[in-house]
Amino acid sequence: MTRQERAQADPLQRRRIPISGVAGLMVIAAYLVVALFAPLIAPHGEAEIIGQALLPMGEGSLLGTDQLGRDVLSRLIYGARNTIGIAALTTALSFLVGGSLGLLAAVAPTWLELALSRIFDALMAIPYLILALVLLAVFGRNVTALVVILGLIDSTRVYRLARATAFPIVVSNYVTAARIRGESRSWIMFREILPNIIPPLVAEFGLRFSFVFLSISALSFLGVGIQPPTADWGSMVAENKTLIIYGSPAPLLPAAAIALLTVSINFVLDWLVNKAGGKQ
Amino acid sequence: MAASDILLGMSGLRIDGFSRGKRTEIVKGIDLELARGEILGVIGETGAGKSSLGLAAMGYVRAGCRFTGGSIDFDGLDLIGMTEEEKRRLRGHRIAYVAQSALSAFNPAHRLLDQTIETCVDRGLQTPEEARANAVELYRKLNLPDPENYGRRFPHQVSGGQLQRAMTAMAMMSRPDLIIFDEPTTALDVTTQVEVLRTIRDLVRQHGTAALYITHDLAVVSQLADRIAVLQHGRVVEIAPTRQMIANPTHDYTRSLWAVRNLDKPERRDGEPILRFNGVEASYGSSRALSEISFDVPASSFVGVVGESGSGKTTVARIVAGLLPISAGSVSFAGKPLAGLSVHRDRETLRRIQLVQQSADTSINPRHTIGQSIGRPLELYFGLKGRERDSRVVQLLEQMELGPEFLTRLPSELSGGQKQRVNIARALAAQPDLIVCDEVTSGLDQLVQEAILKLLIRVQEEQGVSYLFITHDMNVVQGISDKLLVMHQGRIVEQGFRSEVFSPPHHPYTERLLASVPQVDPDWLNRLVAADATP
Amino acid sequence: MTPMLRAIVLRLGSAALTLLIVSSLIFAALEMLPGGFAQATLGQAATPEAVAAFNKELGLDRPALVRYLEWLGAAAQGDLGVSYAGGSGSARRDIATLISDRLYNTFFLAAYAALLAIPLALALGISAALWRNSWYDRVVNTSTLAAIALPEFFVAYVLIYCLAIKLNLAGALSNVDASTGFFEHLKKATLPALTLTLVILAHIMRMTRASIISLLDSPYVEMARLKGTRPAKIILRHVLPNAWAPIISIIVFDLAYLISGAVVVEVVFVYPGIGQLMVDAVSSRDMPVVQACALIFAVTYVGLNLLADIMTTMTNPQLRYKA
Repeated sequence: MTRQERAQADPLQRRRIPISGVAGLMVIAAYLVVALFAPLIAPHGEAEIIGQALLPMGEGSLLGTDQLGRDVLSRLIYGARNTIGIAALTTALSFLVGGSLGLLAAVAPTWLELALSRIFDALMAIPYLILALVLLAVFGRNVTALVVILGLIDSTRVYRLARATAFPIVVSNYVTAARIRGESRSWIMFREILPNIIPPLVAEFGLRFSFVFLSISALSFLGVGIQPPTADWGSMVAENKTLIIYGSPAPLLPAAAIALLTVSINFVLDWLVNKAGGKQ
Repeated sequence: MAASDILLGMSGLRIDGFSRGKRTEIVKGIDLELARGEILGVIGETGAGKSSLGLAAMGYVRAGCRFTGGSIDFDGLDLIGMTEEEKRRLRGHRIAYVAQSALSAFNPAHRLLDQTIETCVDRGLQTPEEARANAVELYRKLNLPDPENYGRRFPHQVSGGQLQRAMTAMAMMSRPDLIIFDEPTTALDVTTQVEVLRTIRDLVRQHGTAALYITHDLAVVSQLADRIAVLQHGRVVEIAPTRQMIANPTHDYTRSLWAVRNLDKPERRDGEPILRFNGVEASYGSSRALSEISFDVPASSFVGVVGESGSGKTTVARIVAGLLPISAGSVSFAGKPLAGLSVHRDRETLRRIQLVQQSADTSINPRHTIGQSIGRPLELYFGLKGRERDSRVVQLLEQMELGPEFLTRLPSELSGGQKQRVNIARALAAQPDLIVCDEVTSGLDQLVQEAILKLLIRVQEEQGVSYLFITHDMNVVQGISDKLLVMHQGRIVEQGFRSEVFSPPHHPYTERLLASVPQVDPDWLNRLVAADATP
Repeated sequence: MTPMLRAIVLRLGSAALTLLIVSSLIFAALEMLPGGFAQATLGQAATPEAVAAFNKELGLDRPALVRYLEWLGAAAQGDLGVSYAGGSGSARRDIATLISDRLYNTFFLAAYAALLAIPLALALGISAALWRNSWYDRVVNTSTLAAIALPEFFVAYVLIYCLAIKLNLAGALSNVDASTGFFEHLKKATLPALTLTLVILAHIMRMTRASIISLLDSPYVEMARLKGTRPAKIILRHVLPNAWAPIISIIVFDLAYLISGAVVVEVVFVYPGIGQLMVDAVSSRDMPVVQACALIFAVTYVGLNLLADIMTTMTNPQLRYKA
């Protein structure tokens, strides 16, 4: 089918990728390139002091220097690498833990499912950021703790989704058929159920990533996330926050960098969800 | 017919729909005329375009569909050309609609009376008091219990048969010129269906309302229609007065609409019992589902289990399949006690009893190819692998009259009938002695049902397998079962060989069940009503 | 017992159980401290004798279960223990007094934002559903889609930069204290409240629109159309009553979010709320304060969810009237 035919075939569906989706994809691609090739792109080192503190934009460097005399542009570029990398790692951990426990709960005996769900419900009853703060207070402020803590907290959401998706499949006719055929529990989990819950989980990944990314930035902004001298956008906002009182837009730059990425992800997800919805 | 007598006229009507990613034509040029006060039956199978046709008579198309040609004239008004606002004012006033599933078509948040009078009051056709009195009157005419207070109930508090009548009352409120009935009795049990049919017919006749009565069941429509139009693939293939069509159908397709009723298989009376229920009881939680169930399934026989919803017939299937333990009595299979749950059964027993489930759509894993699905029992029970397994799958597909190209297809690429064949092939792959068939033909079109039943009979002749065939549809089992169990409220009310059950004397419930099955005979409902009147 | 009463009792029981588990999790956090609470408070250099004395003084040498029950009992009576900020030598402050003013401030801010956001979000959501696929709908939809993804501090700094610095309409900081009058408090809390409003507005609006639109395909809505009901009436009378349950859950979810989302906003505006207190306590690892704050947040969250469940139950005629 040519593109034109497809367009004619379906006047109700949005045929082209919406502008917001295209823009979102381009921004995400640009961020990924910057994150991957940060050392090649950045004019200066991550913690390198290049001159006087607080140089305004355009003097000595495109975006000026920060309170220690480091190049703001270079720190933004390294920040992409650190913030995105850590958020991706955390989301992956969240899916690994939440996905497998959710799948397990769906096929486990009732008592185990109830116990798991109770614990996860209780964890979800403590607001996300608050639970993260408590655990960071206990285990200290370092990147490993941050990744593990946020990954585990976020896994409660993935657990719930995986379990909710797997549940109707567990009681479906084809799983019933497999059970009375005499299949083992592992066959039912990995061969009958898993292939059916992967697509919705993959769709959820973008959303969870965006959420984890925002949470890490918020925690870093609060001073309990990623610690200096590692460049990351959340703490860059915090470091420069007093400047705004003097009319400098400096803290807006890293904050805008965060906002642009999460908005772009949302636009792309919205387009993908609409597309999937239109198919059914 | 004089022009002024014609209420609704369609000519060259075409409607496009959008499904599975492409545009398809649902209605392909239909010409139809409906006189004032006439009831026109519209009959056809899944996808014939009958629902779209019914909605088009209200100038309405579902989301994703559109009119692409032709015209609809309603009493001099152009139903396609007029504005949405003009159409809206016709609906609920001069043209009314009765939907298939009343339970989902009534708003769960509002009382029945409020919904019944809504349109009339909104339009200022009746004052709220008049409308309420009018609704009570209609409830009374439709034999609803306690008509004065009936409307205070919420939809979830009322049975399906009553809701369908309440919806008819709602449609009749404004005394419309035309009512569209879209399969109003399809979701009902047969004994409930009779009452709904009778009251709808009487009310429509009494008020001289014209109606389009849409259904897939020829027997039902022949009770009230003056004329019948047969739809196939979006076209009218035959249209004739009811008696003429039934006595003398001109089109092969029309004849095939009662295909299942024409199946006939000689009754077998021999065979050692392979499955035996002895005084079995079972319950879901605290509610008793089965009481004192005793019966035999002889080897190589076809045992039909008939009953309405809630009769416990599916519970019997679940027990045999090992999905529900029994609470009293005993079940034996091939002379040995049968363990309750499937996890306690050995692999050989699991192999020998296979289950084919009701909804073919959800019985095959959507992510496995047909080859994988049918091949799995071969792998599990016989250790077949690779090419050996595939060639056996191809044999099974052939037996089901499906080509080898299905090996690599996914279930989403198959039609309902094809999926059910795959399901049966998967059961046969285990070379079982007993196949439990739970409503395997319900929801399928008559021709497809007939083909599947023929297939089952052929497999039985070739391999000597026994069937425990569970169904709500008397028509399906009347020609092919060797033995028959009639179930009602968790008990077997009558059992015996087919010829015994179908000949009097009957148990009173069997009697009612048999009488309620609509016959392809325009006088059936009249006779039934007359018989009811003389006790 | 009516089905509704039973449903409510069940939910009450479930909420109580959740709170019990949550409180034990929060209590357990203290037990998980590497090196124990004494070491964390006294520092790495503390001698074993000092640690033992500290533990004995606080009763930390007794079994955890006993201490948990004591802690829970005291918290239920409003006694949240004492803060150890600054080590064992400095003055210990009573947490309940430390918290009470700040708790008021946080609830003040949350209520302020909720009162702004909820009516506006509902109006936007319902009107967008009513005029779906129009330009109005698209603009509202796209802008809220973007707004939903913005970090709170970004919104906050943009508001400060534009409204406080460039236009000089409001102060950039929200330094209130116990002596601040109500209207002064209202004025100073406006920027933080606006920030929170923007953050939850988008979410509630989108969910309202989505819950309404998801019901537009239901058979009873098609029936309403076929009865010739006006489009506006279809939304208001046939869809909205059935959409309340999801909308209420979303509103409550966002209220709960307001309470915890306030943490970042409070820090940005230096607004003396409980969130800011908690962040400070986390930085200084003042565990009793962290626990007390977390417990308050959790109780609020569970309480709000319970409220949502009960309201949803009450709007459901299938539970209100027996079959």
